[in-house]
Amino acid sequence: MSTVRLLVGTRKGAFVLTSDGHRQKWEINGPFFGGWELYHLKGSPVDPNRIYASQCSGWFGQMIQRSDDGGKSWTPVGNKFVYDGVPGTHQWYDGTPHPWEFKRVWHLEPSLTDPDTVYAGVEDAAMFRSTDAGQSWQELSGLRGHGSGAHWMPGAGGMGLHTILLDPSNAARMYIAISAAGAFRTDDGGKTWLPKNLGLKSDFMPDPTAEVGHCVHRIAMHPSRPNVLFMQKHWDVMRSDNAGDSWHEVSGNLPTDFGFPIDVHAHEPDTIYVVPIKSDSEHYPPDGKLRVYRSRSGGNEWEALTKGLPQSDCYVNILRDAMAVDSMDSCGIYFGTTGGQVYASADSGDSWKAIVRDLPGVLSVEVQTLP
Amino acid sequence: MIRVVLPSHLRTLAQVSGEVMLDIEGPVSQRSVLDALEACYPMLRGTIRDQVSGKRRAFLRFFACKRDLSHEPPDFLLPEAVASGAEPFLVVGAVAGG
Repeated sequence: MSTVRLLVGTRKGAFVLTSDGHRQKWEINGPFFGGWELYHLKGSPVDPNRIYASQCSGWFGQMIQRSDDGGKSWTPVGNKFVYDGVPGTHQWYDGTPHPWEFKRVWHLEPSLTDPDTVYAGVEDAAMFRSTDAGQSWQELSGLRGHGSGAHWMPGAGGMGLHTILLDPSNAARMYIAISAAGAFRTDDGGKTWLPKNLGLKSDFMPDPTAEVGHCVHRIAMHPSRPNVLFMQKHWDVMRSDNAGDSWHEVSGNLPTDFGFPIDVHAHEPDTIYVVPIKSDSEHYPPDGKLRVYRSRSGGNEWEALTKGLPQSDCYVNILRDAMAVDSMDSCGIYFGTTGGQVYASADSGDSWKAIVRDLPGVLSVEVQTLP
Repeated sequence: MIRVVLPSHLRTLAQVSGEVMLDIEGPVSQRSVLDALEACYPMLRGTIRDQVSGKRRAFLRFFACKRDLSHEPPDFLLPEAVASGAEPFLVVGAVAGG
């Protein structure tokens, strides 16, 4: 029987949660790197025992850890992230130019074909690549060097590059998203990038439909249909049917279209999940009810999934990288909360159960489906 | 031998317990101590000082002989008691919190 391994990053360490295919009983291992912030951990699709982890601390800075045995043991690898050339400036909160400064790695995305290649999305927003299993990192500076780079401005949480999507049908095509610059696509393996924000509307901007400046929170794709993208924006849930060339809103009947994560069912490319959050200034579920919303029509028509989730007095948040789906026949959905709960559904979201309730605040959840 | 005391998170990272002992030839300064430390324990690169600018990380302090040496220049010579090994060079995580 297949097994499932969850990689959970928290504000005070990493945890590895494993279960058999029934996904009812879980073994919890950790904390790894206790006391450090684990922004993200992700395994290689080629070699699932190879896992990369972003470990950071306000005191000691950034570390990258690598495991080659499925998370049992870890080795520190390269942590030198140096912007290419003269870094230049982006826009600061007050509108003044501000030098680019590396702060942390928000997201690690291992290659779909090579276990030694991994991409890192960092704050201040930039994309780096390692081709030696994390030992050394080189910036894909065409992104930051895009003509709009000097005008990017951080969102409240910092100017992080948080989403990296690799197109499984086209090795040269990748998508990234930055708060608060927007979505970008490369069709040449990362040398050049174009903003892909047509159709987004952000009322906090002087020109709400400007080419860049949007606070994209997360983008998701189904591997069988890589030209269809789903986006949770600061406000609005959006969809693109042409590889990001244009977007249209699919918020439909959601109680609020603010939120952070968005994900796609493993076997149903039109089934998507979001977790509505009350507002940009009230980062908790509306009415104290934790509800995942599922659309089986690729957006617009949404149903609340509540069975097993707290329906009163719940005021946690779910961060952008804290939702994942497994690829078991009955698709499993997982998410972690800022209150330290990790919830799992083994039936596509129909019912939920807390795997663990009292971890440190959860920053990220990834899942591996193992043979 | 130079004695260096690391904060617990860095001892864990470097897989050491207790003090770190370093053999340094020539002047004993913050720079030479940290150069030697990072040469012996490469996983500590970037955790105490920035890898590009060489600046001390903001929430770390350097103490020795009951003095705060954090703001001394990198090539400032450390006290003779540190150079002789009588006193340790302390890397301390600044207190943050209430």
